[in-house]
Amino acid sequence: MAKVQVELKVKRYNPETDKKPHWQEFTVEVEDTDRVLDALHVAKWTQDGTLTFRRSCAHGVCGSDAMVLNGANRLACLEIIKDVGTKITLEPIRGLPVIKDLVVDMEPFFAQYRSVLPYLINTSDPGYTERYQSAEDRARFDDTTKCILCAACTTSCPIYWGNSQYVGPAAIVNAHRFIFDSRDQATEQRLDILNQRSGVWKCRTAFNCSEACPRGIKVTQAIEEVKRAILYDRV
Amino acid sequence: MNVHHHSYDAVIVGAGGAGLRAAIETAGKCRTAVITKLYPTRSHTGAAQGGMCAALANVEEDSWEWHLFDTIKGGDYLVDQPAAEVMCREAIDAVIELEHFGLPFNRTPEGKIDQRRFGGHTRNHGEAPVMRACYSADRTGHMILQTLFQQCVARDVNFFNEYQVLDIAFEDGRVAGVIAYEQATGDLHVFNTKAVLFATGGFGKMFQVSSNAHTLTGDGPGLLYRRGIPMQDMEFFQFHPTGIYKLGILLSEAARGEGGILRNDSNERFMERYAPTVKDLAPRDMVARAIQTEILEGRGIGENKDAVYLDLTHLPPEQIDAKLPDITEFVRTYLGIEPKTAPIPIQPTAHYAMGGIPTNIDGECISDDQGTVIPGLYAAGECACVSVHGANRLGTNSLLDIVVFGKRGGRAMADFVQSTDLPALSKGVEADVAARIERLKANSGKEKAGALRITLQEEMTKKAFVFRTDESLASALGTIRDLQAAYESVGIDDKGDIFNYDLTEALELSYLFDLAEATIVSAQARTESRGAHFRNDHPTRDDANWMKHTLARRGADGSVSLSYKPVVGGAYEPMERKY
Repeated sequence: MAKVQVELKVKRYNPETDKKPHWQEFTVEVEDTDRVLDALHVAKWTQDGTLTFRRSCAHGVCGSDAMVLNGANRLACLEIIKDVGTKITLEPIRGLPVIKDLVVDMEPFFAQYRSVLPYLINTSDPGYTERYQSAEDRARFDDTTKCILCAACTTSCPIYWGNSQYVGPAAIVNAHRFIFDSRDQATEQRLDILNQRSGVWKCRTAFNCSEACPRGIKVTQAIEEVKRAILYDRV
Repeated sequence: MNVHHHSYDAVIVGAGGAGLRAAIETAGKCRTAVITKLYPTRSHTGAAQGGMCAALANVEEDSWEWHLFDTIKGGDYLVDQPAAEVMCREAIDAVIELEHFGLPFNRTPEGKIDQRRFGGHTRNHGEAPVMRACYSADRTGHMILQTLFQQCVARDVNFFNEYQVLDIAFEDGRVAGVIAYEQATGDLHVFNTKAVLFATGGFGKMFQVSSNAHTLTGDGPGLLYRRGIPMQDMEFFQFHPTGIYKLGILLSEAARGEGGILRNDSNERFMERYAPTVKDLAPRDMVARAIQTEILEGRGIGENKDAVYLDLTHLPPEQIDAKLPDITEFVRTYLGIEPKTAPIPIQPTAHYAMGGIPTNIDGECISDDQGTVIPGLYAAGECACVSVHGANRLGTNSLLDIVVFGKRGGRAMADFVQSTDLPALSKGVEADVAARIERLKANSGKEKAGALRITLQEEMTKKAFVFRTDESLASALGTIRDLQAAYESVGIDDKGDIFNYDLTEALELSYLFDLAEATIVSAQARTESRGAHFRNDHPTRDDANWMKHTLARRGADGSVSLSYKPVVGGAYEPMERKY
């Protein structure tokens, strides 16, 4: 652990005062074991309170602080200074409207999430006990249950940047979580939704999403599994 | 400042586990607005890791009555026994309901919900640890939060995302509305409503070393406290034994449930000395004190000898990957340590408020020691105090609390609003909030909220943590009163309307000050040691004088006064707490 000077270069935009975005640099002193989020807090709390970004849990489980960090989609709370270096560039995630500084409008993202019926659908009466599920069946969708809806994947996708109608990787991940859950009965409905023009066929397997996922979800693989389920009519 | 007006049958404030569970209950029954300062899935329920206890007996013999006994004993007999009975009985249905909602629990080989050991949970009244915690790897809270949110999406619940409730309005002693600040515009929204359920979570950001999210600032309890609602048992704040060194990030008790061992500088398994029967799986208050004692007596590890080790190196690597993937990844990320081969430096971290808004078992808020209900006011989850956790919450009982009492509170509120009219709301109820905002924006900014917050957190961690004395608490109280005075001249840099977190952070800080003050005043008065509240100058439990709950009330002049109400007993007489 050692004190280091970090240069944060932040892409800023305040709709109340700015016509267009501009860059601002902050020099802050932090420990090299600190998070990039900690450096942002030092800048905000000691230099410029107008610097604006979302955050909550600060350890990678709430999904608030996705941003473009040195060119790649990352959660600021999962990146350690000594790993990323002392020159750090921060921009808002791409493909969603920027509201202020690093804060983007998440509504289009959540609308796409909602469009894939992201909840268990099962109309049979399970009675008074739990539905049974084998450990193997449970493992089928384990990876996609990890999603924290941070939008790092969707906003790293070049197809999504060009076409905001595309449901995007995160929505497909959340559909996958139910499509491959043996307890769910709405597979067909979801596959129909994802078989539309806005669905999985927009994916060109750029793998940006898998690289961006802070939870290590194999996003591209999940999308491929959904594509195969549509093509071969089986899950 | 623009002001918008809405009218609903019911309002839920907060969208973590308790708020979402309540929303599921009111959906289809009454027009409900869920107002949340964060997108629901950002809530800190998602950070809970280890599990949710219920005596399903899927893996070994168990009974809800044993769970009840453990909860009462774990709470050092400050638990209201009838309330805890409701929780432990209904736990079984609650877990099964979550499974029906789609929660992906880990499974046994035969496909049932799997269960594992957790601190303080035992078979047959303390004989040995029992497998009672239903879990989903080490992200059970994440799964509960996601599943409840999914069910809210299915029910088309009406969310006001990134709206922050800053005040409540009463008319003739009943709830009539809340006032919210919209982060995206800076506008105020007045919600006229028959009932409000607060589910805003904890306030662990009054401490420096804390497992809590930055946003856990006690807004719900804070604004109610300011309006004269008492806060119950504030002196009981849980310090979780295993926070990542310095950062305070939680490393679940599941690590010890899976076989992890605490060790000191000579590699000794020191919990054998403190809790010979259950060892590392003693309740959190006892383990946290044991760790602090090892550190204070010079047996800590590291450069400053201010930590101990959590050792997982003897566990099979595949067990670590399958059962503890997230927390071991935190250790790799933040400490650069591989927990499969090296022990993890940990220290106690501020974790959970046992105290909060006093409620009965239906989530109705009560205003005094007579159980008088405040019509239309409800609370559930960490911000509430039922009291099912007493002086020390058992691990997993918080996830249980939010689903059981979120549901009960939501149901009671939905019933209440059927039988009552919308109260008239006086004009200008938003004036106080508007004035606070305008004052912060107008202040020249001699004091900065960030600096004051850090002082508060350092002070609370130094003087009101695992070990307390009259002297340390008096000193902390002096500092807090200075901070409250300094707060009057806090200024902010951001004078704008759109996403002004500079402003909302400053507003949140005032709640933290008030709640910290209530915590200290309550702790200073309680001249005994019970559960998480340990007084070096009064090191024993004093049942003759202190089998009672504290109620801290803030007067109009800002003074804090205390009163007490008896603990509601039951089948279990207080006995010495040995594990």
